[in-house]
Amino acid sequence: MYNKIAGHIEEHREELEKIWKDRLINDGEERIIDVMPQHIFESTSTDFFDIILLNLKDKGREYKVKLVNFSDKVVRLGWPVALVMKGLREFVHTVQENLVQYGSIDKEREGDYLELLDKWMTPISNEIVQTYAETWEKTVSLQKMALQELSAPLIPVVDQISVMPLVGTIDTERARLVMENLLDGVVNHRSEVVLIDITGVPVVDTMVAHHIIQAAEAVHLVGAKCMLVGIRPEIAQTIVNLGIDLDRFITTSTMKKGVELALEMTGRKIVELEG
Amino acid sequence: MEIQSCVSILNEWDIVAARQLGRNVAKELGFGTVDQARITTAISELARNIYLYAGEGQLCIDRLNENGKAGLRIIALDKGPGIPDIRKVMEDGFSTSGGLGAGLPGVRRLMDDFNIDSDPGEGTEIRSTKWLR
Repeated sequence: MYNKIAGHIEEHREELEKIWKDRLINDGEERIIDVMPQHIFESTSTDFFDIILLNLKDKGREYKVKLVNFSDKVVRLGWPVALVMKGLREFVHTVQENLVQYGSIDKEREGDYLELLDKWMTPISNEIVQTYAETWEKTVSLQKMALQELSAPLIPVVDQISVMPLVGTIDTERARLVMENLLDGVVNHRSEVVLIDITGVPVVDTMVAHHIIQAAEAVHLVGAKCMLVGIRPEIAQTIVNLGIDLDRFITTSTMKKGVELALEMTGRKIVELEG
Repeated sequence: MEIQSCVSILNEWDIVAARQLGRNVAKELGFGTVDQARITTAISELARNIYLYAGEGQLCIDRLNENGKAGLRIIALDKGPGIPDIRKVMEDGFSTSGGLGAGLPGVRRLMDDFNIDSDPGEGTEIRSTKWLR
């Protein structure tokens, strides 16, 4: 039974491939296919077809390895998972219908063939879903790491003055990092004044404010002063609306003013060279 | 006329998604940058309350159009423990989680209308609207 199917597929390969592609295009998944250029769809689906065939033929011999490579490749092709699943389903139907059409199988044994085809496809689809999930998990964890790396750097700009530019959303994890890096940095760089720049923070709600206030108080405890710079006008207004008290802070609208003020506080200033 | 879009709040990053949705809708409706910031901050507070106190819930954004007046309504829904004393939580500086206690009274000041409905043990529904001027 197995050889019969494999032989049939091989023999009518071109025809099957054409029917299968037409079905994929015409069967309501247009939304997905529309976003893909025609020639890319053509070549990828040929690849896809090749891989399915390869898997069928090589059953038993290094099957597992081939299957893993296959899933990797499908994921790399960048097809949406829904389309890949549909592709597998349609493959079964196309082959089965074609077999009946050519009279290669008896009508009454049709069910057995369908079952066999399904059995072939199940491990393939499981493996593909698995690979997709793993790829996504990997991407997410990589991005998490990347995010952490640019999370909260403390930069010593001049002697006794350090700057922490914050860009993007601040969640609890990041707030913790802000605090840690701030305190470590203040001690290591022997900073007198640290400037926290929130120009790049899209929303300052009570939680963000609370974390910044706590961080500033902690900085105070280790003997340095903390300044909040880069407060945009709309952020200033929402902070007032929220009723958050930042009186204990020295705040400025821009980093430039903040640095000048910090220099003043440490008894220095910027002068232009004469001549 | 109302068009509603919702975000489920299950983890901290959903707060960001809710905020983004609110900001986009506010931008579409033609709110200025200050009001956009007010609306996103209000959403942030309400979504965070869901995350902190109820664990899970929904945050929906309505586009309103009443008598030619356009507006944006935030609806925060959860089936959490509810709020036993609403008057208390609307006081500045009251917090059960060690926060600043500025969240709910803050939202009331950031928005135009504010309505809170809560049954202890049943959940909480907060509706708050900002009108386009």
